[in-house]
Amino acid sequence: MRPSLVNQIRVLVPIKRTIDYAVKVRPAKDGKSIETAGVKMSMNPFDEIAVEEAVRLREKYKEAITKITVVSVGPPKSADVIRTALAMGADDGIIVEVPEKTFADPLEPLGISKILQEVVKKAAEEEEVDLIIMGKQAIDDDASQTGQMLAGLLNWPQATYASKLEFLDDKPTKGSVAQVTREIDGGLGIVKTKLPFILTTDLRLNEPRYASLPNIMKAKKKPMKKYTLKDLGLEEGAKPRLETLKVEEPPKRQGGAKVADVDELISKLQEAGRI
Amino acid sequence: MPPLGHHLRPRAIGLYKTLHRLGREYPDPNYNFIPKLRSMFRKNAHLTDDKEILEKLEIGEFVRKETEALYSLKKYRTLRKRYVADA
Repeated sequence: MRPSLVNQIRVLVPIKRTIDYAVKVRPAKDGKSIETAGVKMSMNPFDEIAVEEAVRLREKYKEAITKITVVSVGPPKSADVIRTALAMGADDGIIVEVPEKTFADPLEPLGISKILQEVVKKAAEEEEVDLIIMGKQAIDDDASQTGQMLAGLLNWPQATYASKLEFLDDKPTKGSVAQVTREIDGGLGIVKTKLPFILTTDLRLNEPRYASLPNIMKAKKKPMKKYTLKDLGLEEGAKPRLETLKVEEPPKRQGGAKVADVDELISKLQEAGRI
Repeated sequence: MPPLGHHLRPRAIGLYKTLHRLGREYPDPNYNFIPKLRSMFRKNAHLTDDKEILEKLEIGEFVRKETEALYSLKKYRTLRKRYVADA
């Protein structure tokens, strides 16, 4: 166990492994899930922004940030995205392993929040977590709920959809006040909150870096812990409550047609009942 | 790449590896990033003069930066189109 560090901050960054943003998603044959076999997977882009923000905090405040821990809940392959985050500059990783899931039986935001709540408790055994930075939503199910639910479960303040994070002290310590600019409908909102709190990132917070080759190699040696749902006492508690009935593609766009002259155009429009 | 034993060879190899890694994710599948990369390096393999090699290395660094910028811009634009209503 480490001695308690009174004045320093530990950052936790939950990340998700999703289908790559550039891939065209297709429904699977069973009609209740999406095709994931042979599809490129990568880190949720909003979570990349979260990792980047954590790393930038350390670059700015140096030793005031003791540790950046990334955590992912998912199948064993989620270790890949944790390695990517470690290559970007995080210090250690935690993977909460669950069996390979499909969209028919996914972990829901509430389940994930409960798991993360337990992870925060476990992490506190060695060093307390003071700041959680996470993506505002994952690009696969677009729920945008996990951060908010986790804040509720931990009873922490939340600053969601952040586009700027500033600490009011020169060196942030436990209990420091942060000022967060939030993207809201039709403008910006500014909130002030004390550590510990939860920050969810919006697109404009920063531009994530590209991990360099030496850092990718170094990341392979960084420590990674593994928990199962049993370790966290959540074998039942994280079960999904919703059932997916159907997944289908949006209706195909109807092709247009060329008209020879104005008269034809008018007659066609009349036919369609537009004029 | 500078000949074996040249003091700039490791730097050139490092740059080649980095670019090769980047090239694997090039968004346009019709653009032969890696074959182009290979032929460019081969074209300058005979250089031994430090000044000339450094010049070429700088061009390579520039390409690396531009490619990284291209990737992040593409990602940003895609997400903006998807998630920002007035984009």
